[in-house]
Amino acid sequence: MTTTATELLTVRDLRVDFAGARGRGTVTAVRGVDLTLRRGETLGIVGESGSGKSVTALSVLGLLPGTAAVHGSVTLDGRELIGLPPGELTRIRGRRIAMVFQDPLSAFTPVYRIGDQIAEAVRAHQKTDKTAARRRAAELLDLVGIPDPQRALDSFPHEFSGGMRQRAMIAMAVANEPDILLADEPTTALDVTIQAQVLDVLRTAQRETGAALVLVSHDLGVIAQMADRVAVMYAGRVVETAPVDELFGAPRHPYTLGLIGAVPRLDRDGGPLVPIPGNPPALVDLPPGCPFAPRCPLAGDDCRTAEPPLTGSDGHQAACLRADRLAAERPAPADVYPVPPLPPAARPVDRSRLPQVLRVTGLAKTFPVLKGTVVKRKVGEVYAVDGVHLDIRRGETLGLVGESGSGKSTTLFEILGLTAPEAGRIELLGQDTAALSREAVHRLRAQLQIVFQDPMASLDPRLPIGDIIAEPLQAQRAPRERIAALIPELLTKVGLEPAHAARYPHEFSGGQRQRVSIARALAVSPQLLVLDEPVSALDVSIQAGVLNLLQELKATLDLSYLFVSHDLSVIRHLADRVSVMYLGRTVEQGPVAEVFTTARHPYTRALLSAVPLPDPAAERGRTRILLPGDPPSPTSRPVGCAFRTRCPLYATLGGEQRSRCEQQAPALDTAAEHGAACHWGGE
Amino acid sequence: MAGDAPRSRGRLVLARLLASPGVVIGGGIVVLLFLLAFVGPYLTHWKYTDIDYTALRQPPSAQHWFGTAGLGQDVYAQTLRGLQKSLIIGLLVALLSTCLAGLVGACAGYFGGWTDRLLIFFVDLMLVFPSFLIITIVSPRLKNSGWLAFVVLLAAFNWMITARVVRSMTISLKEREFVRAARFMGVRPLRIIWRHILPNCASYLIVDATIAVGAAVMNETMLSYFGFGVQPPDVSLGTLIADGTDSAPTYPWMFYFAAGLLVLFVLAVNLVGDGLRDALDPTAAAGRRPSRRTLRALRRRAAATAAVGSRGTPPALDAEGTA
Repeated sequence: MTTTATELLTVRDLRVDFAGARGRGTVTAVRGVDLTLRRGETLGIVGESGSGKSVTALSVLGLLPGTAAVHGSVTLDGRELIGLPPGELTRIRGRRIAMVFQDPLSAFTPVYRIGDQIAEAVRAHQKTDKTAARRRAAELLDLVGIPDPQRALDSFPHEFSGGMRQRAMIAMAVANEPDILLADEPTTALDVTIQAQVLDVLRTAQRETGAALVLVSHDLGVIAQMADRVAVMYAGRVVETAPVDELFGAPRHPYTLGLIGAVPRLDRDGGPLVPIPGNPPALVDLPPGCPFAPRCPLAGDDCRTAEPPLTGSDGHQAACLRADRLAAERPAPADVYPVPPLPPAARPVDRSRLPQVLRVTGLAKTFPVLKGTVVKRKVGEVYAVDGVHLDIRRGETLGLVGESGSGKSTTLFEILGLTAPEAGRIELLGQDTAALSREAVHRLRAQLQIVFQDPMASLDPRLPIGDIIAEPLQAQRAPRERIAALIPELLTKVGLEPAHAARYPHEFSGGQRQRVSIARALAVSPQLLVLDEPVSALDVSIQAGVLNLLQELKATLDLSYLFVSHDLSVIRHLADRVSVMYLGRTVEQGPVAEVFTTARHPYTRALLSAVPLPDPAAERGRTRILLPGDPPSPTSRPVGCAFRTRCPLYATLGGEQRSRCEQQAPALDTAAEHGAACHWGGE
Repeated sequence: MAGDAPRSRGRLVLARLLASPGVVIGGGIVVLLFLLAFVGPYLTHWKYTDIDYTALRQPPSAQHWFGTAGLGQDVYAQTLRGLQKSLIIGLLVALLSTCLAGLVGACAGYFGGWTDRLLIFFVDLMLVFPSFLIITIVSPRLKNSGWLAFVVLLAAFNWMITARVVRSMTISLKEREFVRAARFMGVRPLRIIWRHILPNCASYLIVDATIAVGAAVMNETMLSYFGFGVQPPDVSLGTLIADGTDSAPTYPWMFYFAAGLLVLFVLAVNLVGDGLRDALDPTAAAGRRPSRRTLRALRRRAAATAAVGSRGTPPALDAEGTA
């Protein structure tokens, strides 16, 4: 990164106001953003939801809706973009600045073929005939690593997987060799192994075209891996900007410091995370002073009078009055933020003597594939779950990891159904679910509760939260007085106020809603809590608080957790044991420390290496295993190892060893402390 | 089921109901209409059957407050008699058909499978059956069982389309996580329907019920025409309006008093329905985009409540007050 490189795009004092609906005040989503993008560099914009990062990116392209009023200046090569007539802007969009959107499904028109859409992007800015444009489209698809580009040209968007669509999206963006690529959360909707592929493609695309990349993300890991320079946004402003190493090594704004402390890390053990107290401010009628002051442990009276400007030297700027102090002292996040003390977990030595809470062996579930409108006939089966083994003892957290489509949710619903499984055995607290009477099932429900992923969808919007929390108690026929006494207690336990019981879910923030969900699950004092991606819908700073709460509750209430997540860092942080799923099968299980340091299954290894670390120095030192392609369709049951189509280990094997993978499905040693379903996993 | 409905939600909804001016005004009008219908007749010595041969088609006067009709009937007495019938018919029919629609629709949607198929088959059957045919067959048997049978019959032909809509809403609600969560908590199906499904369909059901009130009053005239329901010399608002329509330009008092009361009635029910819908939907105040007029009303109300220091006013209202 050289300062002498020419400035390609400059944003000066950008302000975006959204006209207030319903007579409310205007929402100022972006409040004076300054950014500079130099030729060929990667600028990461990081921030939580509502920080204005996407709006900033969209306003550069003039893609904001009509209710937005954009002020300030955006210049591309010295040419002012704001206020440019739409026709002129259209010539710049796609030609000089191209965009990669978050949701690759809605970014393509579903009724046109991929090839035609990319060719259209080519022909929109270049005078070429159809065949040349098509040839160019095939080249582009090849560039982004889509196998068999000629055939892919004639595919419809729905025939592509999420990762393939995002690649095609990148192909379309680089079609006219733009100077700037804007990527707005390009990998948020994707699984980690696919994310690693797409980030790799983005890097390739950038290298081939020499474009500068603006990468908007909430994921510090992705930013650390990709960016040269980073801008951290909070409440519609850039609060800190610096080269990536400096930003992560010596942050000068307490918000940046808090963010770094709030992220669970793959390369570190548990212990409390550093939550940033409070919630981001609403962008209507902000009080004077630093918008972060109400959440900042370093804030003084001087912070509340005027908003500090973005100042600093040698490319490292921060909008904080305490920036010099932070730069000089370089404190760790935990030194600045109050960290809740966690009660020490009673870690017994011999887990085989602990009572068993949940035991699942050989679980299978298939869904019929039906065809026909009038008379439905079965044309095949989806093997959603095909050999899952789980084992949870009292006081343990089992992390269940897998990518989308690996059968995690089906497994959960099979367990929660408390009915006889299609194949295999589910034992909850020593009772086989196949042999339970209806009454016994109802009683057992009190021992097993669930917290869902989306805290908005899992709370009835029309019930006050007091009633929501009372629901499982009422279902278990608890007496009225006991319910009335328990609700305030539960609310306090999860860090809410008893007075909140009469409020409705929409009056709470995401983190608070998830706390309500947890309170509801705890109401009947269950022994096993199923947590289905409980923090993946939350911002990092909020997520840290919820994770700390979960750890604290587990220690005080002696709970067991079945924690489902696609986020390996969270699993690493919270779980005692981990179970990895691929295509409906458990491929590896064992104590979390062992699995994360010495993984035995090639899939686990690839998964671990795909997770970006929020540490640029460590990130550069890693070797990444990129898995080719997508998981195969679960409609056919593979003979032999299900992973061999993508397995990097299989590719290195000799013919005889390969044939074993092809013919014999590897079994998981369920008795062992740490087992992997791989023929060659021991080495 | 209704007995163990959550008290706290009930209380919250009640508080929101009473705080809404529409409900208070609408409810007040309905109460006044009932008073008028049942107490009003005692204020005059004319009965609705009486005929005053000295006054045919006379405009309102001190003698006949609302004037007289073609045969010399007192329009005031007739209108109030009609109001008695129509108030009860309108409200009961709307209530009954909405309850039936909600129950059948939600059960069909929630349970699915054979329950769904059977119920929907029945609904479709009811939809294609010519209702007049059934009424002509049934009516001689019911002739003596009074207005209650009449209400049931009116409601029985009025719920099918609503039930179908509720069914499709239920099917999408069933997949929502909060319903799933309730199921995994061991909440019984009927209780899930009562607590989660129906409140989340409430907006539609309430709008539908308020429309049904007016429709029931007018449908009743249609049945009366077929010789069933209200027969002369007995009257209802429906029959009065039907008879008075032709004379409206020449003898307006024979039409406008009955029509005016019906409009007032339906309007009042709509006000109550709107208020109930907003009270059940906690996001109502924040989620909808009110018109300029309601905004002004909100501002006035906010100013008034700000003066007494109201608790729990949504922030939107406070912003209105200070704006």
